[in-house]
Amino acid sequence: MKKIFIILLLINAIVISVITVLVKNQSTESKMEILKSRFSKKHIQSVDHTKFAILQQQFKSPQDVTKACLSCHTERGKEMMHTSHWQWSRDEFIKGRGVVKLGKKNILNNFCIGISGSEQSCNRCHAGYGWGDKNFNFAKQENIDCLVCHDNSGEYTKATGGAGMPDSTVNLSKVAQHVGQSQKTNCGSCHFFGGGGNNVKHGDLEKAQLDCSREVDVHMSNEGTDLRCADCHTTNHHQIKGKMYSVSSMNKDRISCTQCHTQTPHKENIINEHSIKVSCQSCHIPTYAKVNSTKMTWDWSKAGKLKNGEEIEEDDSLGNHTYMSIKGSFMWQRNVEPEYAWFNGTADHYIMGDKVDTSKPININTLNGDYSDPNAQIIPVKVHRGKQIYDTKYNQLIEPKLFSAHKGDGGYWKDFNWDIASKIGMENIGKKYSGHHTFVRTQMFWPLNHMVAPSEKAVSCIECHSSDGRLKNLHGFYLPGRDENATVEFIGLGAIITSILGVIIHAFLRIFHNTKYNRKTKTVNPE
Amino acid sequence: MKKVYIYKAYERFWHWSQAFLIFFLAFTGFEIHGSFVFFGYQNAVTYHNMAAISFLILIVFTMFWHFSTGEWKQYIPTFTNIKAQINYYLIGIFSKAPHPTRKTELTKLNPLQKLVYFGLKVLLIPLLAISGLLYMYYRYEDGGQVKSLDIDGLSGIASAHTLGALLLIAFVIVHLYLITTGTTVFSNLKAMLTGYEEIENDEEEKNSGEKDFID
Repeated sequence: MKKIFIILLLINAIVISVITVLVKNQSTESKMEILKSRFSKKHIQSVDHTKFAILQQQFKSPQDVTKACLSCHTERGKEMMHTSHWQWSRDEFIKGRGVVKLGKKNILNNFCIGISGSEQSCNRCHAGYGWGDKNFNFAKQENIDCLVCHDNSGEYTKATGGAGMPDSTVNLSKVAQHVGQSQKTNCGSCHFFGGGGNNVKHGDLEKAQLDCSREVDVHMSNEGTDLRCADCHTTNHHQIKGKMYSVSSMNKDRISCTQCHTQTPHKENIINEHSIKVSCQSCHIPTYAKVNSTKMTWDWSKAGKLKNGEEIEEDDSLGNHTYMSIKGSFMWQRNVEPEYAWFNGTADHYIMGDKVDTSKPININTLNGDYSDPNAQIIPVKVHRGKQIYDTKYNQLIEPKLFSAHKGDGGYWKDFNWDIASKIGMENIGKKYSGHHTFVRTQMFWPLNHMVAPSEKAVSCIECHSSDGRLKNLHGFYLPGRDENATVEFIGLGAIITSILGVIIHAFLRIFHNTKYNRKTKTVNPE
Repeated sequence: MKKVYIYKAYERFWHWSQAFLIFFLAFTGFEIHGSFVFFGYQNAVTYHNMAAISFLILIVFTMFWHFSTGEWKQYIPTFTNIKAQINYYLIGIFSKAPHPTRKTELTKLNPLQKLVYFGLKVLLIPLLAISGLLYMYYRYEDGGQVKSLDIDGLSGIASAHTLGALLLIAFVIVHLYLITTGTTVFSNLKAMLTGYEEIENDEEEKNSGEKDFID
């Protein structure tokens, strides 16, 4: 009877534990299902653009398409005119500089340096048509490129070196009839390929995210919630939230994880409490450029080598260019561990004309903040290190003309003459070139926000809390496991060593005297 | 010689749990300090914090015990005979001179012990406890938000905590050695385990003491 009871009890226990495990699994699964259904619900279009008569025509120019769009969406043109996607410039307040107009229009980087003189090529990614030189008319609404962001046919592309005009193969009426909300591919067509190729600039934004595992990007993965860019980069009257501090400066209109997650999402308080000084990204983006390589260095000083008058290209084992005559030499990396920086949401930039100190790498952009700043957190960054052209006499960086369609127009990529390219590039923005140049080290900081890994892949404690950890180059604060107070160590370890020595000496003396004493008593006793 | 019941049950429980906790805290503490890897950093922190809370609970109970039994009076420091006690450890001990002070139920600590233990109780342990509590709670959650005390980082707290810990270890080393200086090498240890210690009778002690002095 007793045995049967025990056996029944055992069976019960097994059944209950199996059920609990199953129920638990089910709940995590269904949580993912809920998230999936919430975010990957297909948007049902309220109108079918194929049915509009105005779109059923053979468009002669892309501008005609825009006019057709604006004939219904009458106010959207005005909205677009005020966005940075159109202006490539924003009013930014920078401490020490005041309000300045900054953006891709006038800012430098250490990839293809700047747009001056190269608009035909660079401005392929402008959300407009025909910005081929400095005389572009920003007031003409028909120059807005609606399609690059709203094409849902997947067939729209812009021409190389075409100043933002669509490729000649594009069937404009088909594209115009298949417009809708911006998809990953729309944003990605520019933001994945900045710098002249996939994943060159950001390192955490690339074409692999269109179809990737949760390990690569837990948010964008089609195995998971399959978020579109615009799910987080929410948009109001064409003003899209989110800042990239390669071109932005102010702490506003930023995106944060807490748009969806709470401020205390971890079970362990101690991890939640890190958030006061450590950004979510620091732990949850353990590596970037997880699928395809990203460019880590760019040395322009090596550019210009020709073989029998012909340009040369060299590749690494993964097929990335390591040398190009027109651009110099590069280093690429895949699965890169980020560097880390304090960041309070404000940044400064190298602005054309700034004088520089060439004894150390010049910051193309500077992320502000330090430990004592209550608004600052540690963030992961990609640091892109470059060597780029600099005017030795005027002590400033040069924005050379790189692109030209034909030989003899002065673009470096055709004529390989830095002096002419520099002169044209600088004059184009109303600055002078002294005629003397060299190449100086520069660095650029790219905050990493994408390629968030699943929680189990997050950076573990010891990876920062150790003397040779990820944060070894961040100073000005006490990090347990990494830091120690030299005076405390000296006094404390001194006390311990003194104690040990004292004890040893004392014990030795005791044993020594003890044997002496015993001998004495022994010799005394017989008497 | 007579057997005297010196360490009561609670006192022994307190002593040995405290000893274990101090060793465990030191071990996990050094891992957090970056000296070695054993439990793994996150586990070391979790265990260290759990042990710290246990230690604080033990301290509260022990304070209650000390006050309710009047045992706290044992720790009032005195300077009488302190010179004799120091002399004993520095000189007398080598010639097997008798302990200058007698251990009884009423005075189980010699003047030097009183001073050192008093220091432990009012300086070192509070230093460790307070810096430890600040270490754990200078950041805290409040209504779904993480907040922080307005202090300039962890440096001061961590340094104080580390200093306290290192000094406590120095104390433990000397303490472990000095327990061998009882009537026999193991008599003090035995006393702390069983509660009973063999102590020379009052009269015997007096006589032998006088004899020793005459010698």
